[in-house]
Order: sequence, then structure tokens, then C-alpha cells
Amino acid sequence: MIRLILQRLGAAGVTLIIICIMVFAAVEVMPGDACTAFLGRDAKGTILEKCQLERGLDRPALERFGEWAGGMIQGDLGMSMNRNKPIEDIVGWRLRNTVILAATATLFGVPIALLLGVIAGLRRDRPVDLILSSIAIFSMTIPEFVSATFLILIFSITLGWTSGVVTASYNAPALDLVASTALPTAALSLILIAHILRMVRSSVIDVMESDFVLMARLKGVPFRQIVWRHVLPNSLLPTINVIGLTIAWLLGGMVVVETVFNYPGLGRLAVDAVSDRDLPLIQTIAIILGSVYILTNLAADLVSLLLNPKLRTYRT
Amino acid sequence: MTDRAAATFVARRLGVLGAVLAKPSGAFGVGIVALHLVLALFGPLFVPYDYAQQNVDTMMLAPSAEHWFGTDRLGRDVFTRTVLGGREAIVISTLATVIAMAWGGFLGIFLALVGGRIDEIIMRGVDAMLSLPWVLTVMIFVTALGTSSSVLVPVLGFSYGLAVIRIARSAALDFVARDFILAAQARGERRWTIVIRELLPNVRDALSVEAAMQWSWMILGFSSLSFLGFGVAPPTPDWGLMISDSRGLMAVAPWTVLWPMAALSTLVIGINLAADAFAKVLGVDRTRKVPGQ
Repeated sequence: MIRLILQRLGAAGVTLIIICIMVFAAVEVMPGDACTAFLGRDAKGTILEKCQLERGLDRPALERFGEWAGGMIQGDLGMSMNRNKPIEDIVGWRLRNTVILAATATLFGVPIALLLGVIAGLRRDRPVDLILSSIAIFSMTIPEFVSATFLILIFSITLGWTSGVVTASYNAPALDLVASTALPTAALSLILIAHILRMVRSSVIDVMESDFVLMARLKGVPFRQIVWRHVLPNSLLPTINVIGLTIAWLLGGMVVVETVFNYPGLGRLAVDAVSDRDLPLIQTIAIILGSVYILTNLAADLVSLLLNPKLRTYRT
Repeated sequence: MTDRAAATFVARRLGVLGAVLAKPSGAFGVGIVALHLVLALFGPLFVPYDYAQQNVDTMMLAPSAEHWFGTDRLGRDVFTRTVLGGREAIVISTLATVIAMAWGGFLGIFLALVGGRIDEIIMRGVDAMLSLPWVLTVMIFVTALGTSSSVLVPVLGFSYGLAVIRIARSAALDFVARDFILAAQARGERRWTIVIRELLPNVRDALSVEAAMQWSWMILGFSSLSFLGFGVAPPTPDWGLMISDSRGLMAVAPWTVLWPMAALSTLVIGINLAADAFAKVLGVDRTRKVPGQ
């Protein structure tokens, strides 16, 4: 058991290192560097040389990678290209804001998704299921910026319930931020719910068709008890991993949703960084989000390992 | 291929299409996609206005007989721009899908066949790359290389191909241990011959469905990029760009965002419905799909 956990931790660590190397290498292999990206691709002469000297870009790649990776481990993320501020100062608050938004969306979305998924699964092919499944597919297929814009149009403009953009500044107290995140939370939860609902539904259907549920039914166990005792534990376990994957995937949707609602988080920062061609900043954001993905999946793996004795004997 | 084999091949393909069209959702999906393709192809022939023509006198007019979908904040005809707005997205996403399927498909099948160390190392790399949200992978490239379509096509093709590697590999793994592969190896066939002649025909159905899905994700991806300002440059009409451009005036002129939103959504939903119907007809299992990939 402990060996298995250590194995997972090791694999996560290796993946993290690979991501760092890849992000660094991708930037290295591409024509130009942080300076040409910032100054424009045709920059030459003394300005370029000065910039490269200042950033230490004239040294060999391996040396720079060592320094950069060493700095990362100690929490020194380097300097932003054109904000002239250490990256950790810029990123810190935004990371907190993104975590707040993701957490609100998850806390709000996951229970609803589980509930609706179980209902749809138990009422398979009945009207409830058809309606829920169609809505799920619909909200999965339309892009985030369309559903987010649509939400603003309905709840902010037509009904006037809430403001369409987040006005809180990036270092506002956490509670103020949460208060103004109703629409972004709804936009993110919509997609989260859709994905998890589909998985829970098919998982519930699988379990309902299994031999042990048939046996319980033949024994005359009441339906309510079958659902609580047999169906729920068996069908919700595999969804833990799906929840992990979906939350991690949410981080990608974050970039768009934060931009739509003007939410001061990492996603919008990434968009700004790309517009400013701030390569060091975008590298950092990529690595942070990559780590969050890995950690979320690791956590989901470990939780399902702890809860499901069957997995412990499987070799992975 | 003999004439007869060719005939059965064609018959089978037609049979698949027929079976897809026989399903209401399949016919609906294929119909929407076909309509979009026709509009994109022949749109320029019948649109009533010039898509870039700005006009101070016709700013933000509500839909009327002259301007069916109204006009935007620069007085441009929204109907014209909506009809033409999918062209860029469709062309770029189609090219990028071809690239993604080609390199991802072949590499995936190849890895399934060779297995061992090479397979393990490359798949580790692929998993690591897939753990970055696709937006970020694309954005790293776009930051360094710019946003012209000669950059977007290979970049989208590359990053979406990563997910295809996994699908192709796992589809091909089902066949690698079978006797006909062993027989081919015993005959001394070269690896690439086995990949192309023996494995590819067997995973073709799974890959065709995957291609349709990749295409719809690619359209979403491209539209999101142009919404964020990293796609086509104005004044080229593009749905994502139109929505981000008119978003601020949504309260006064909702038609400027609603029509491009409807166009984009119907295209993507149409592709998804069609892909689902094809998957059912071809017997490809898509339920074990990981979200977002």
C-alpha cells in the first residue's frame, strides 16, 4: 500500500520534471528568444544585445536551465519580461484568485453533478434522463466563451440580477471576490456538471446492470436500500478520478472564462502575457497549471486507492 | 484492390452513410454540417453587402428587411459577416485536423507496434504535454511565433495530435497481439508496411470518429483563440472575433453577438451529433472518453 503511494508520488514527480524540461525546451527550440519575442522578431543590434545580456540569454542553454530550475525550486521564478517585477509578485495573488474561483465552482458543481448524474442513471431513457443528458451534451459542446457570454446576456443584461464583469481588484479580500463570482462560477460549473454528470450516469447504469444488483433485487431488497448500499458506493468510486481530471481540465477553460468576466486570475494573466509576448511569465504559468493538474490527479488517485480495496491489489 | 473488392468497399461506405442518415440525430447533424459547408463555400456569391464596408449611418441597427441580422457598431451587415464568419475557422481547423490525425495516428499505431522502451519514454512525454491545458500549449507557441494562420495550423495540428497518439495507440494495441500481425512479422514485413497495411485498416473506423471529434474541438479551439485575440486579424469576419468585438455592446445590440454565437454553436453541435451517429453505426465505443482531450 505504502509502496503503491510512493510509486504514484514518484511518477507525479517525474511528470513534473518532464513538463519543466519540455516547456523550457519548446521555448529554446523555437526561433528567437524572450528578447526577440518582447522587442519584435526583427530586432537586432545593440538593443537586442543589451537585452540579452541583461537577461543572461547569451549563456549556454543548459546553464540557464540549471539556474532557472534551481530558482524554481527555491521559489524564485525570475523576472517578468516587461513588467520589471519578480514573477512571484505578479503570480501569487492571481493564483490565489484562480484557486478561489476553481474551488467555488467545484464545491458548487460537484454535488449537483453527482445528484443529477445518479438521477439520470436511475431513470435511464426516461424523460428526466433525456432532458438532463441533452442539456449536458449541449453545454459540453458549445464553447466556454459562448455560454459565458450567454449567461451575461440573460442574468446581467436582461434580468439585471448581477454585474456582468468582476470589478474587484486582484488583491481584494477573498470574501469580496467570492461575492462577485456568481456568473463565472456558473459558467465553469455548467461544463464541470456536464462532464461529471455523463460519467456518473454511465457508471450508475453499469452498476444497475451488474449481477449483484440483480441478486439484491431478486432477494427482494427494497429499491431505496439497493441504491444506497449497492449502487452509490460502487458507481461513485470510479468518478473520483473523473472529478480529478475534470477539475484539472477546468484550468484550461479558466483562461477563457476569466477573460470574459474580467476576473483577475492566472488565466487572464496568461492572456495578457501572450499579448505582451512575455515569455518568462507564460512559462511560469504553464508550469504552475501543469503542477496543479498533476497534483489534482495524484490526489484523486490516492483517494480512490484509500477508498477502494480492490485497486490496492492491482499492479499498475 | 479488385473491382469487386472496390465495389463492396464503396457499398460499405455508402451503407454507413445511409445508416447514419437513417437516424434522426445523424441526419440532423450531417444536414447542419453540410449547410455550414455550403454557406462557407458559396457564401461570397450571395451575401448582400461587403463584409468590411463600414457605414456611420447604419450603426447598430436592429434586424430589418435591409439588414436581416442587423448591423454592428461600425455599421457592417451582421448577416454578411455571420455567413462568411466560419470560412477561416473551417479552413484552418480542417487543415490542422489533417495534420493532427496524420502525425498522431501514425505515431500512435507505430508505438503500439514497437512497444518497449521507446513506447514508454514517448508516452511519458505525451502524458506530460497533455497535462498542460491545450490553451497554454498553444499560447506558448503563439507568444514566440505570432498568430498568422501559417503558425496556427501547424501549432493546432501539433498540440491536438498529442491526444490522437493516445487514442490511436490504444485502438491499435487491441490488434498488435493478434495472429495476423504475428504472421506479417514472420513473413518479414517491414514495420511501416505492417502499420499501413495491417493495423491502419483495423483502426480506421476508430480514427475516423476521432477525426470528427478533433475537428469540432479544433473549431472550438480556433474560435476561442480568436475570441482571445490570437486568431485572425480584423476586419476578416470570424465568429469568435465578432463575439469578442461586440460583447461590450451586448446590452444595446444583442443581435451582434447572438447570430455568430448561434452559427458557431450549431456547427459544433452538428459535428458532434454526426460523429456520435457515425460512432454508433461503426460500432466505435466513445463512452470511455476523458474530458477535454
